[in-house]
Amino acid sequence: MSKQTLTLRFLRRALALSAVGAAAALGAGGAAAQETFKVGIVSFLSGQAAESFGIPAVNGAKVVIAAFNAGTAPAPYNKVGFGGMKIEPVYVDENGGATKQVQELRNLYDREKVDAVVGYVGSGDCLAVAPVAEELKKFLILYDCGTPRIFEDGKYNYVFRTASHATMDNVALARYLKARNVKIESFNLINQDYAWGQDSRKDFIWSLEKIYPGAKPGEDLLPKFGAGQYGTEISALMAKPADVTHSSLWGGDLQAFILQSAPRGLFKRTQMVFSAADHVLPGLGEKMPDGVILGARGAYGLMSPKSALNDWWWNLYEKEYKVYPVQAPYRMVQSLMGLKLAVEKAMAANGGKKPTHEQLAAALTGLEWDSPAGRIRMALGDGHQAVQDTAIGKTRYDAAKKMVMIDDIQRFPADCVNPPANMKSEEWIKAGFPGAKCP
Amino acid sequence: MPSVLTILIDGLTYASWLFIVALGLTLVFGVLKILNMAHGSFYALGAYAAASFVGWIASMKMAPAFSLVAMLFAAVAVAAILAPLTERGLLRFFYGRDEVLLVLVTYAMFLIMEDVTKLIWGANPYYVSEPYSLFGSVDIGHQTYVGYDFALLALAIVTGLAVWWGLNRTRHGKIVLAVIHSAEVASSMGVNVSRVYMLAFSVGIFLAAIGGAFTAPMISVQPGVSVGVIIVSFAVVIIGGLGSIEGAAIGALIVGLARSLAVHIAPVAELFSIYIVMALVLMFRPEGLFQRIQARKI
Repeated sequence: MSKQTLTLRFLRRALALSAVGAAAALGAGGAAAQETFKVGIVSFLSGQAAESFGIPAVNGAKVVIAAFNAGTAPAPYNKVGFGGMKIEPVYVDENGGATKQVQELRNLYDREKVDAVVGYVGSGDCLAVAPVAEELKKFLILYDCGTPRIFEDGKYNYVFRTASHATMDNVALARYLKARNVKIESFNLINQDYAWGQDSRKDFIWSLEKIYPGAKPGEDLLPKFGAGQYGTEISALMAKPADVTHSSLWGGDLQAFILQSAPRGLFKRTQMVFSAADHVLPGLGEKMPDGVILGARGAYGLMSPKSALNDWWWNLYEKEYKVYPVQAPYRMVQSLMGLKLAVEKAMAANGGKKPTHEQLAAALTGLEWDSPAGRIRMALGDGHQAVQDTAIGKTRYDAAKKMVMIDDIQRFPADCVNPPANMKSEEWIKAGFPGAKCP
Repeated sequence: MPSVLTILIDGLTYASWLFIVALGLTLVFGVLKILNMAHGSFYALGAYAAASFVGWIASMKMAPAFSLVAMLFAAVAVAAILAPLTERGLLRFFYGRDEVLLVLVTYAMFLIMEDVTKLIWGANPYYVSEPYSLFGSVDIGHQTYVGYDFALLALAIVTGLAVWWGLNRTRHGKIVLAVIHSAEVASSMGVNVSRVYMLAFSVGIFLAAIGGAFTAPMISVQPGVSVGVIIVSFAVVIIGGLGSIEGAAIGALIVGLARSLAVHIAPVAELFSIYIVMALVLMFRPEGLFQRIQARKI
């Protein structure tokens, strides 16, 4: 046998082995590519909270998950899906009350076998589902609800909230009023009669007690959620006019309140301050009175910071839905970005395998990441509750642009308007905001 | 301390809105013995249809006053198209069965109509506040009221009187009363009971739809508007007595005034005020204020 024949044989064998190896590698790669990460996404798809919060948030999830799956998001979110696994969302309607949500959450984990759940707008729903996820030892991200009670009254290993709680909104409002030298000798309140409204009301009252020690509360109205008719409440607010009127109304309730109170001149008699109102601006347009001070529960929408990541997100959403993103989709995208980084961090520590619920929880605890609204830090609740920067501004209708603009925007760093890790919101506010780092 | 006049005006305007919706609910129960859980959905459809028609009026650059006609037309359209379809196409198959079954059927309708509404109009809100400014505003004491609220009060009075007159002073009304007392006897005397049912249901749905249509300018029309109204409407008809027009009027007044008093004097008791009144009425008049005690048929 000649030397040339031996060489040819060797080459053929090598080629065959390479082909088998390549096929095996391709096969393995194909299997990895086929693995998916199933995420249950729970938000209001029907009912009174659908229009303002639920559907915009789900719309945000859809575009950003599509971008993640296509690998077109900017770094550090540019890996396909979650660490190479395609994201498979399962959307669930939050409408129907807390009891139904508890059952739906169990269904997501037990029947749908989701790897994580991201959800819940309603504070009552969050308070109901958090202990259930903990009991089941399943990973849960609360992306929207505002009540501070979740991690201040409870301790969780598997539950996280990737947005600041409502204390930030009301402390920031009070600080904004002081910074703008708004005279406050008296103030009225109108908030919905459930966890969100009650907590917002208390935080604002306590904040004003510290920042405006002489200010006296007047009318303190608590209409039910979904009241729709506010004629009597408006009369009560007008009968006892105050320098400032605070409200955490949102969605259809807020829109109805504005539509009914503006023609009656309420906005001319008092400085209206809304803690979570940016989402009604695109729809209301010129019907939104000028000079209303409002927050968005974060530096969202028209008050969002300038950054490449925010530009990417804004364009992605606006191109798809022909309207700019407001607070709900911002909060959804920041939770999905946090989840993505947590999954990829857990996979890196786990030899590239899909992480368990425990590994996911460990990866998200205390994590920090950049979102379109700025830096998110899981700094409270033993690393389970996020803090973030926020912003407050004042409305002005721009007739040329045919949209409501927000002027006089003031940004508040997270450490200025959120309590420190070792204090509850109530203690922190009542103690005069110890440790607050404001510029 | 708020003035008595303010409490009265607020109570009356709230009651007028409630009365229009509750009147339809009580009429349908009075004639067909159906506790219509989908009543709020027809209210929502009236609001959506009004939003579409008023939007069309605005796009055609027609005078804003035409929007009132458009709202009325919207209510007529909802009642004329959907009421016969619902009553003849679905509800009649359940007549004679347990009343609870009809409650479940109408509850199913409510759920379906919520989604159908969303399929047609989407989840985004509709704003049609132009008619709200048609009647200007009125200063009373320290308060400024929107004239539209008083127009709604007038509409409630006219509607209530028209339904009462139609039932008690016309031949057709007397036929309806005969059917209410005994459908079997009325049928044996040549009354087309099915036709009476269909017409009564249509009038009831028209009242729900007109309530929604004329509320549309005061709210953002969006998914979920059907829920809030139906719960309070049930409180009204239970206080007044199921099936009684006078009862619906008095029930709406009681609820409106109790709520107004609570909001002005003790806001924390706003919701409580409505249901404590209902509980008190039911303690002494379990059948409601105006429902006559009926002999049990064997």
